[in-house]
Amino acid sequence: MVNLIQASNITVSRQGNKILENVSVVVGEHDFLTVIGPNGAGKSMLLKCLIGFYMPDTGKIRKMAGLRVGYVPQNFSPEHTMPISVKRFLGLRRKTEKAVVEKVAEETGIVTILDQPLFNLSGGERQRVLLARSLLDNPHLLVLDEPAQNLDISGQLGFYKLIEKIYKERKVSVLMVSHDLHLVMASTNEVICLFHHVCCSGEPQLVAKDPEFISLFGKDMATMMAAYQHSHDHVHHHNHSHES
Amino acid sequence: MNLEPFLINAILAGFAVAVITGVMGCFVVWRRMAYFGDSLAHSALLGVALGLAVGIAVNVGIILICSVFALLLLWLQQKKVLATDTLLGILAHSALSLGMVTISVMGQRIDLHSILFGDILTVTRPELWWIYIGGAIVLIMLLMNWSSLVLMTLQEDLAQAEGIRVFLCNLLLMFLMTLVVAVSIRSVGILLISSLLIIPAATARQLARSPEGMAIIASFFGVTSVGLGIYFSFVLDTPSGPTIVASAASLFTLLTIYLQVNKKK
Repeated sequence: MVNLIQASNITVSRQGNKILENVSVVVGEHDFLTVIGPNGAGKSMLLKCLIGFYMPDTGKIRKMAGLRVGYVPQNFSPEHTMPISVKRFLGLRRKTEKAVVEKVAEETGIVTILDQPLFNLSGGERQRVLLARSLLDNPHLLVLDEPAQNLDISGQLGFYKLIEKIYKERKVSVLMVSHDLHLVMASTNEVICLFHHVCCSGEPQLVAKDPEFISLFGKDMATMMAAYQHSHDHVHHHNHSHES
Repeated sequence: MNLEPFLINAILAGFAVAVITGVMGCFVVWRRMAYFGDSLAHSALLGVALGLAVGIAVNVGIILICSVFALLLLWLQQKKVLATDTLLGILAHSALSLGMVTISVMGQRIDLHSILFGDILTVTRPELWWIYIGGAIVLIMLLMNWSSLVLMTLQEDLAQAEGIRVFLCNLLLMFLMTLVVAVSIRSVGILLISSLLIIPAATARQLARSPEGMAIIASFFGVTSVGLGIYFSFVLDTPSGPTIVASAASLFTLLTIYLQVNKKK
């Protein structure tokens, strides 16, 4: 099995503060990794290092040759001053075949809004448009940075279901920052709990019992998570490691 | 009316400036750079003073000072001590005042009115060349990077993830703004440049359905405003710069009222 991304002991400092310290992450084929952690824990920085926005100060990041990544950024609030349709936005800077656009639009449920102006969309529609754009290149890996943070609860459910569907049907890997762990538990096969360093990682069930997890998120969250029945349809290695 | 040579020069200069500011103005409106453009134009007075003092072309002085201004702003923004609008206020008015002081110390007699409000009816042939070459650079650079700049305006992280060098693009936009200021100053003056950037683009926004459409319609409104402005300034003997801007403002107002009235029906 080929690893898509393998980051070993990466450290990033900004203005004298260590944002990431000795973080190691492996994204394998058809993995579903969820990164959790308090605000300012370095979650976005981790994603951005993994997809090559920033070079880590120390440490190594190895990527599979020819790796295609679809990225869904954290905030997307197009201004109404820019008149642009959803279709045009999807086609910006790329020459995608019409059939591919149509297929992806169908997959993400945005067929009916293709001709609408981008700024007119609801939060949920906007996220699905971003997801559609990230799928146009037929990526091996989807990287999503808190994709549902501005959605209401039914919007969140719908969006995570969509990601699950894409994860299963396309056999992609997913690397996602999300606080809504209870909603993505069923698909997640590894949770990385980050607070500048990797506090704990592994299967959601096990992470929930970890003392470091409990001290970061409180007992309630841990109890809630542990209460979820979690079943895997495949076997995988989990490493439940402690650092620091 | 007979087209005298100075009128032909004025029209050639004005139309070119209108097309350039129409396209650039869209980015000003999309990216909320209005105050930046205004400040850049204010600092151009120091450029004029520098040009006169050192004896280089005034345009070169403007480009130099405005570039320094933009870089200084970028550097101060990185420091994150003060908000951008505060920084712009400090830089713009310091440069404007320094420019005035320099000019008066030199004892040079210059037509301040034409620098502040423009005097398109006295544009000369060499100045026309400046406008056309500078304008061509601006338009070509914008067109070559069009999709990248639009994507970056919509979502910077997305642009960066797709390999666009966002920092360089920001720098490019800043540099192009200094060029726009340098080539427009003769037509509408330091105080009115930003209105030529904002008003036609804002007018076009109400009709456009695509980014390109907005740029084309903005240029059209700009050219129309310049045409009307030159005509009325010639006929009524009013200052050309303010007449052009007043025409642009009238078009904006008329269109806005028209669209509002038709919407309600």
